[in-house]
Amino acid sequence: MNINHHLDDATLISYSAGALSQGMALVVASHLSICPQCRERAEHSDAVGGALLESLEPETVADDMLASVLTQLDELPTKQESVPVTPIVMDPEIPAPLREYIHCPLDQLEWKRIVPGVAYYDMPWEGHGVSRLLRIAPGKAMLAHTHNGNELTMVLRGSFSDEVGRFCRGDVADLDDQIEHQPLVDSKVDCICLIATDAPLRFTTLFGKLVQPITGF
Amino acid sequence: MKNRPPGEDVDNIVQLSQAEMASADWSDLLGRLAVKPDKSIYARLFNHFAPRVKAYIVRLGVAISAAEEVTQEVMLSVWRKAHMYHPDKAAASTWIFTLARNQSIDWMRKQKYPQYSLDEWSETACESGQGEQEVLSDRVAQAISQLPEKQAQVIYMSYFEGRSHGDIASRLDIPLGSVKSRIRLATEKLKQIWGGDEYEH
Repeated sequence: MNINHHLDDATLISYSAGALSQGMALVVASHLSICPQCRERAEHSDAVGGALLESLEPETVADDMLASVLTQLDELPTKQESVPVTPIVMDPEIPAPLREYIHCPLDQLEWKRIVPGVAYYDMPWEGHGVSRLLRIAPGKAMLAHTHNGNELTMVLRGSFSDEVGRFCRGDVADLDDQIEHQPLVDSKVDCICLIATDAPLRFTTLFGKLVQPITGF
Repeated sequence: MKNRPPGEDVDNIVQLSQAEMASADWSDLLGRLAVKPDKSIYARLFNHFAPRVKAYIVRLGVAISAAEEVTQEVMLSVWRKAHMYHPDKAAASTWIFTLARNQSIDWMRKQKYPQYSLDEWSETACESGQGEQEVLSDRVAQAISQLPEKQAQVIYMSYFEGRSHGDIASRLDIPLGSVKSRIRLATEKLKQIWGGDEYEH
């Protein structure tokens, strides 16, 4: 896969630190699962965590913890038994981390329509921002908006263009409040993206502000 | 009830570990555990890492009352997943850090922290040789200690307090963009350790 748009360093550090919301972490993990370049960078971020772990002043642990753990080791399954079960759905369109939550092909999801040509499917958790799949028909544009926080978008199908560039399958748009954009779907098929924000969007047109309550952003 | 009192086992193992601890190469030890289950090796790793794992997860926000339990779970997973560890891919401290992070978050959020599979590590080319990760690991620690205060601060607030960019911004009363640029600057400095990344995005 030819990936042209990658994760921001600041996002990778935050992911590695365990500081991202579930939704943001899901987009990051999904991109990492298909992007060796970003995966190598993520491993470097994890090494920062490792060095910091090593630098910590050790805490006292209970005297009997090691004894208790050693006793339990015998009861643990061997590595052959602990191999994870292969996911039921191996739809290559769905990145591995997303398969935990999506158990059917994308077209069979129960999409909820916002306006004609735009539909969404929410991830099963709540937070400050949104975490959902977004499906937009060819030629349709998202309403112009900027962000109070970060917005992460990974393309799973089709493509879109905005002020930053053109985003195709596998690409990730990693944006913040420095950017105002209006993504326009320029593929022949619907564009399906996995998106997450850590704060509500800020629509920049009057119409956008009026419809914000019904769009769920 | 357990038939076999664990005490005997522990005494032998702890004595052994204290004698050799100073010169132990943790990644090498964990690498040996990856190949073959061995309780005495495990106990040495446990004695070194369990107190640090506990210190880390308490900082990250796991309640003190649960810290022992979560630490124990993390250390059990070190044994259970040891066969997935590659010493030439990551330092032992890095690998154990990711286990501790994931399990702390799972515990705090009652939701699994989305991860890319550890199995995929084996797909990435291993360029560095045996033991090199350990050297790199020392250099990472040194580089972090040399970061300017403002950059170190955002790194610590991320890793030790699990704070998001937005959260750090409001804590420090600076714009979101400043938090991100400080983290990026810190990352740039740390990148030099890996010989500089040739790729830009």
